[in-house]
Amino acid sequence: MVLNLIVFMLAASGVLKVTDIPNDDGSRLKVEYLIPESFDSAFLYRVSGDKSVLIKRPTNKEGVIVDMGLSYKKEYRYRLVVYADTMKKEYESALVKPRASWFDTSQFPLFIVVILYTGLLLFYLQHARSGKSLYLRPIAGLQAVDEAVGRATEMGRPILYVPGLSSISDVATIAALNILSHVTKKAGEYETKILVPVRDPVVYTIAREIVKEAYYSIGRPDLYNENDVFFATDSQFGYAAHVSGTMVREKTATNFFLGMFWAESLILSETGASTGAIQIAGTDAVTQLPFFIVTCDYTLMGEELYAASAYLSKEPMLTATLKGQDAMKIIILVVIGALSILNLFGVHVTLGLF
Amino acid sequence: MHISHDPWIWIAAILTLAIFSFLYKDNPFFKMAEHIFVGVATGYGFVYTWNNGIYPNLLRPLFVDHQILFVIPFILGLMYLSVVVPKFAYFIRWPFAFLLGVGSGLSIPLAFRASLVEQIKYTILPNPHGMSMGLFINALLILIGVVTVVLYFYFSTPHEGVMKPVTKVGIVFLMVGFGASFGYTIMARFSLLVGRFEFLLGNWLGVLPWLR
Repeated sequence: MVLNLIVFMLAASGVLKVTDIPNDDGSRLKVEYLIPESFDSAFLYRVSGDKSVLIKRPTNKEGVIVDMGLSYKKEYRYRLVVYADTMKKEYESALVKPRASWFDTSQFPLFIVVILYTGLLLFYLQHARSGKSLYLRPIAGLQAVDEAVGRATEMGRPILYVPGLSSISDVATIAALNILSHVTKKAGEYETKILVPVRDPVVYTIAREIVKEAYYSIGRPDLYNENDVFFATDSQFGYAAHVSGTMVREKTATNFFLGMFWAESLILSETGASTGAIQIAGTDAVTQLPFFIVTCDYTLMGEELYAASAYLSKEPMLTATLKGQDAMKIIILVVIGALSILNLFGVHVTLGLF
Repeated sequence: MHISHDPWIWIAAILTLAIFSFLYKDNPFFKMAEHIFVGVATGYGFVYTWNNGIYPNLLRPLFVDHQILFVIPFILGLMYLSVVVPKFAYFIRWPFAFLLGVGSGLSIPLAFRASLVEQIKYTILPNPHGMSMGLFINALLILIGVVTVVLYFYFSTPHEGVMKPVTKVGIVFLMVGFGASFGYTIMARFSLLVGRFEFLLGNWLGVLPWLR
């Protein structure tokens, strides 16, 4: 059947509106359409040079789409083809070029927050470097570290230190490695062996250097055995099986599980508990904390793990970071309180952030 | 009872039982399964990384497509290996510095947005006008929970005086959350155990007729 179409070519004014989406890399355009009459079918095309690509088949009279994957170097035109009875109407937009932005200005309020936080850190860092003491409250799990190392020494058995299963880009891993240095020094002072099985190759390299340097720093390089820090496997449950076996075979007296953990946390800590070892765990993985709490003697929860490295090392940089975080927490609580009170009175303030 | 004749099912079943035998005590069967697991996983991991990472993302663009920019990651990757030669081990600092720098730059704005701004947004008490009492109490509980838990993780003051009861409330909120998470995860673990028993009784021994 041949349709006798009456074809109209119309300017798109009021029917097609194409605008650039700001604060992006110039890969998106916003296309708004409003079809003035009822129609049987409609097709929206993107036209660039000689190329025409169907991007949507509108079913409603009006709508908005974000056309993605464009290039800021090209110009685009949009064509809407509408079929109604025996009529075909075509609407065409003007040429539009997406604009690429160097900066995402919508993130400016967030930038101010980052600057404020950095300023607080620098303030406390300066404070710490000037020699003034910064108070940190004692944390129960940390005070037990020395006791746990001492217990392994008394029993003449090794210490197991698991620095989590994540990569070095994880903050929990970095905190765990900081604590590893302290634990190794303590273990070295008492000539107690420390075993460090690692899952990530990069973490393995760093852990090895940390243990080596810790022994050097206490003047006992002879205690360093490169086989004590070893790469097990990068398979999550393969690693869990291996560490469980190590705990039972080596009869470790003290187990440290510090860093990032996933589903293997209970396997590791339950095996350790069954061997009678004293266990200190710490993670910022909220879903794994319950397992550590029920199976370990001490558990560092979330930020306590980060605080631990500052607390143990007394490094001005780390202590200042912790103090800066504390100051930021108070600011956040004040903001939450103030905005909540304003909301109660019907005044909605967003600060450009929310 | 229709025992499977598939050798792979038998291998999987024997390895499963060998791992389960650790529940009794450490034994040679567990050790064997553990070492097979570790060895196979490491070998598989290497092949997977080579086929899905090193070759398509580095070696092919560099040596086949001749994209010269890929020399940079290639050299950074080689620097990682410098650790095996003690004399040049210090080269490893370069890729580490690159990794930490790029990682921090990418993650800090995201972390501020996701972990800070979004959390604050949903903690602020809403205007109760036109809101049901239940929803408002819920919002109030979230506010109290967040404030007390944040104060629990405040390290500049000891948990004494006015801070003591506040942080006690905080720890109650934490424990309630952990309890719920614990129960939920244990249920998920049991479903894994059930899956393993279904494999042993159904696929292997064939005593579960619907799983033969």
